[in-house]
Amino acid sequence: MSIRHGLLALLERGQMYGYQLRAAFEESTGSTWPLNIGQVYTTLARLERDGLVRPLPENEGGQRPYEITDAGRADLALWFATPISRADRPRDELSIKLALALTTPGVDVRSVVQTQRSATMRALQEFTRLKYASDKPEDLPWRLVLDAMIFQAEAEVRWLDHCETSLVRHRPAPARPMDHPEAVDRAGDEARR
Amino acid sequence: MNPTDGVLELRAVHRTHGGGEAAVYALRGVSLTVAAGEMVAVMGPSGSGKSTLLALAGGLDRPTDGEVLVEGEALGGLTPRELARLRRRRIGYVFQDLNLLGSLTAVENVALPLELDGTGVRAARRLALAALREVDVAGLADRFPDQMSGGQQQRVAIARALVGERRLVLADEPTGALDSQAGEAVLHLLRRRVDAGAAGVLVTHEARHAGWADRVVFLRDGVLVDSTAPLVGVEHLLSGSSR
Repeated sequence: MSIRHGLLALLERGQMYGYQLRAAFEESTGSTWPLNIGQVYTTLARLERDGLVRPLPENEGGQRPYEITDAGRADLALWFATPISRADRPRDELSIKLALALTTPGVDVRSVVQTQRSATMRALQEFTRLKYASDKPEDLPWRLVLDAMIFQAEAEVRWLDHCETSLVRHRPAPARPMDHPEAVDRAGDEARR
Repeated sequence: MNPTDGVLELRAVHRTHGGGEAAVYALRGVSLTVAAGEMVAVMGPSGSGKSTLLALAGGLDRPTDGEVLVEGEALGGLTPRELARLRRRRIGYVFQDLNLLGSLTAVENVALPLELDGTGVRAARRLALAALREVDVAGLADRFPDQMSGGQQQRVAIARALVGERRLVLADEPTGALDSQAGEAVLHLLRRRVDAGAAGVLVTHEARHAGWADRVVFLRDGVLVDSTAPLVGVEHLLSGSSR
């Protein structure tokens, strides 16, 4: 998600100035994504340049509120209507790590799986604890953010369970001589005995 | 650990089925203590010994070796009659299949274990109503199971597990086939009871359910291989996801 669309969504509720936007942003994401006021102003400047928001006259306190334009509304509607592409997400280091663990000699893959599962499980426990503690109706946006993290963590644990089941059935192909010269030496020693 | 701290204690518990070459080692030297106010989730693949562990903890099965203690009392030293009594009074079970009796109303189902234990009908009904209130279905007290939704029936089953003064609650995949909201409500109720001072053991293969526990232990081939507590300070994980 971009800060741009976050601010546009907030301005769709009504005009706001910088500090109000920052507070509203943090509130609606359960303070999971802290913004500094500098980010808010730079983003507002870009939105203004692109014609998506417009500045209003300063109020008595010297604060300048902004409002969303029709172009801004259209941009926001498009953002809500467009799915997030999986290709935009960073490459998954974990799956690469497991794939490499399988093919690297001397690595105990089951323990790599268990180490990851424990770490993910601990995070999942904490997300659940935070969710259990946030039971007021106004906590709903925050609970939904936590739910997203919970479901992602759950998916990872399920995938790890799946990997472990596959590992039990997995019999590594016999190593070729050029892969493990020392293994061939050992086999040769045993054959000579 | 002080014996009063652990509501449930497993000491080097082994459970073997059969003997000789055909022996199946369901549990191999499992030690686990669950304190009052603590919920422990047991995870592991099928056949790892999860259900065996729960059966031993509830006195439904006996270990081949080692000891199981409930509130400091060794189950191995009890007569079958004493054991049955302890199971009825101190241990609550929540299973996937609800086992509600179709010919009894909700409140009668919940009161039944108390009445079997000698509690008078009126007192049992009063306690049963309190348990139904605790799980928010007091209004359904006089309905029969087939007049309730799956989620409502599961709440009644939980009320039956919690009725009276049970301090050990054992749950085996308690959310069964419930949808995710109803399933979550079940875990919420178990959590609430544990927070009120019970000890809970939850067997599950679902990480999202195990997330409700204070501690998650992993069983593999009958051995406890790992144990996790909540990771305090996950904020960086949350914000990291959106940057």
